[in-house]
Amino acid sequence: MTRTSTGRTAALLGLAALPVGVLAVFFVLPVAGMLERGLWPEGGFDPGAVLDVLARPRVHRVLWFTLWSSTTATALAVVLGLPAAYALYRPTYPLRGLVRGLLLVPFVLPTVVVGVAFRQLLRDGGPLGFLGLDGTPAGIVTALVFFNVAVVIRTVGSAWEGLDRRPAEAAAALGASPVTVFRTVTLPALRPAVVSAASVVFLFCATAFGVVLTLGGTRYASVETEIYLLTTDLLDLPAAAALSIVQLVVVVGLLLVAGRARRVPDPTVARHATTARPRGVRRGDVPALAATVLLLVAVATPILTLVLGSLRDDRGWTLRFYRALAGDGATGTDGGAPRLVVPVTEALVNSLRVAVDATWMSLLLGMLVAVVVTRRSRSRAERRLRGVLDGFFMLPLGVSAVTLGFGFLITLDEPPLDLRDSALLVPIAQALVALPLVVRTLVPVLAGIDDRQRQAAASLGAGALRTLATVDLPVVWKPLLAAAGFAFAVSLGEFGATSFLAREDHPTLPIVIFRLIGRPGELSYGMALAASVVLAATTALVLLAVERLRVPALGAW
Amino acid sequence: MLTLDHLTVAYDGTDAVRDASLVVPDGSVVAVLGPSGCGKSTLLRAVAGLEPPTSGTISWDGADLAGVPTHRRRFAMMFQDGQLFGHLTVARNVGYALRLRRTPDAAARVADLLGLVGLDGYADRLPGTLSGGERQRVALARSLAADPRLLLLDEPLSALDAGMRERLAGDLDRILRAAGTTTLVVTHDQEEAFALADRLVVMRDGVIVQQGAIADVWAAPADAATALFLGYARVLDGAAAATVLRAAGLPASSSVAVRRSALTVAEPSVTDGGASGVGAGLVGVVRSTRATPDQVRLVVDVDGVGEVDAVATPGAPTAPGERVALAVEPARLAPIGG
Repeated sequence: MTRTSTGRTAALLGLAALPVGVLAVFFVLPVAGMLERGLWPEGGFDPGAVLDVLARPRVHRVLWFTLWSSTTATALAVVLGLPAAYALYRPTYPLRGLVRGLLLVPFVLPTVVVGVAFRQLLRDGGPLGFLGLDGTPAGIVTALVFFNVAVVIRTVGSAWEGLDRRPAEAAAALGASPVTVFRTVTLPALRPAVVSAASVVFLFCATAFGVVLTLGGTRYASVETEIYLLTTDLLDLPAAAALSIVQLVVVVGLLLVAGRARRVPDPTVARHATTARPRGVRRGDVPALAATVLLLVAVATPILTLVLGSLRDDRGWTLRFYRALAGDGATGTDGGAPRLVVPVTEALVNSLRVAVDATWMSLLLGMLVAVVVTRRSRSRAERRLRGVLDGFFMLPLGVSAVTLGFGFLITLDEPPLDLRDSALLVPIAQALVALPLVVRTLVPVLAGIDDRQRQAAASLGAGALRTLATVDLPVVWKPLLAAAGFAFAVSLGEFGATSFLAREDHPTLPIVIFRLIGRPGELSYGMALAASVVLAATTALVLLAVERLRVPALGAW
Repeated sequence: MLTLDHLTVAYDGTDAVRDASLVVPDGSVVAVLGPSGCGKSTLLRAVAGLEPPTSGTISWDGADLAGVPTHRRRFAMMFQDGQLFGHLTVARNVGYALRLRRTPDAAARVADLLGLVGLDGYADRLPGTLSGGERQRVALARSLAADPRLLLLDEPLSALDAGMRERLAGDLDRILRAAGTTTLVVTHDQEEAFALADRLVVMRDGVIVQQGAIADVWAAPADAATALFLGYARVLDGAAAATVLRAAGLPASSSVAVRRSALTVAEPSVTDGGASGVGAGLVGVVRSTRATPDQVRLVVDVDGVGEVDAVATPGAPTAPGERVALAVEPARLAPIGG
């Protein structure tokens, strides 16, 4: 190889060094430590224990529950999301943007908040209490659908919006009815987007933690909550490790499937060929619009219930739950609930501080990763190296936050890496959870830049930094801000890893909410509702700002 | 002066350019002509410093350019599709290199350049609002603003439609001559090369097969494939070549490349085949005809030669099946291989 290509490989490895190092210490090490506890329980390799675990009836129930609840929720989310994707991205009409934004809200709500909202909705005496869904699998599935329908709408909708209309028009001109056109032309063109959305939704459902834990308790556990229960309550590490391995295998498999689906010709790639002309509402759009309105109502109900619940007690309207957020929660009238370690307001400040740290960390890592994996490769070896790095950086997506959090606890507790009391532990874990989202937001944008733009700048005399400022920065600053918003929101709502890592006297808001709903008494419950509203509003504000940037959310998975 | 000395560029282990040597003298315009995939773009990118040479050297005025990064070579490159910076106005695109060097009076220079490429009044437009031809003009002005030692043009006109291509080719030629800019242009379009260049380098399969002054290369293609690529309609061998060369009054050669316009249908009055003159002697049966606005294009099965292309003035009686006499224009033949 020539001097220059050696230099390029060195530069590539130099850029990759920081993210690889961080991932090695804060991801590979903890996860490996977790697996080691399970597979080498007494110092010797003993996979038998793991296999024994997989034979337990309870584990069978957990696996089966995870599988069917995720599958059902995914199917429902796709079925409900498709009409809305059409209605929100194809015809144009007033308030369309607002409806789009409202339907995105559930996805960005912290999982604990969704859990609380659904409990409030379904519990005895709640607005839908008569359905008897509280604590049932149906309630959990409903919450999962609520949570994920936005993913389908977003992913499929933006593909639909950019779809070239002419093949459909050609089919119609050849005598195909609208239904036939949809079946034979539109749906095949949308297939990659649908498959991609469905696999991401399945992934989110199968690894959902906060929602299942708050709604299912110990009766209905998914793999993720079971890992939590096994490690924290039962201290059964081999079992937890076994489940982690199963989850890792399944999730990596899913990611591969999603990757393959992305490789088939994707309509979003050709979308620049024609700019779809906006058109008004037609008679044929009415069913899809009606379905969207119903969906909007269905999505709004739990949120409204949550807000109203936080503003009412036995005696009528009140703000006392909000006022109580500043106190320690131990009012005399309230059945002797123990006092909170810190007021909820302080937990909110903690959350915001942690989120700022997690955001800059995940942005720094995510930018380096995105630059490394998108730069044009000059040789096959270089291309392979980039491919390996790309896969490596997506690993955090494949491991449950709970596993990660617990792995932190057991591996980063002795010198030279005694970080248990470090204030940075929680932000680092959250940054890793947010990293795939940041990378997936930036990669399509950077990959979309024609490398010849950089070459043109260089041939006009611009150096490497100047080229970056001229070509990359103007395109990437908005997605970068959006990625910052996503990372911030993820960090605000992160519960799985944080539940292990947050210090008792330094909890984040989701942790406090979870503690509150576990406490007896009307005040505690009311405070949980109020705190949920505050957390939801904070997150929604951040994401609303992101929405203003008009960056396609979620990027390309 | 740019000198390539035995340059080889490998891409993914295969040689895209092999052992290429050429010179671009100061002030000249050299065109590298070849079919797509022949390695000509790789050659250009290597000169720009975008691909590392595997062996051989690229030098400017005797100084080896190995290790000099693209942005320090002062070789401005203009891409096939312009590659304008979409978020900058036309004026800011053109002034890009001037701002890099903090040139005083940049605004006046930008205005001059926009005038030179015929785009007065376009300063505040965004590239997205321009037509393809306008975008290429802006790209040219932007490259010239860098005051390059060498201008590299990568298929500068290929992305344009036929009419626009012809107009811009004329303008480009005038501008390059006026600025006296040393230029290396690569193209697969022989008309583009002929319109712009004074020296021609023909490339095929990564190898330079012929180079020289444009008229010389055109008059004497190195081999049959080169002749066909340069726009000759057919290459005739053996007896057919001998017959045509004899009819043209040229010395014998093993094969001859024939342009379409080399054979013209003689006036109807001489179709008896016994006419005099250099064109005498070729007679054949019209196989097919195709009319264009300027002439009728024929395929004629000539006795002792076989099927050849020919032209006739519109209105000549040239229906298929008819026997016609053909006059041969020696200047439109190119003997190949002695």
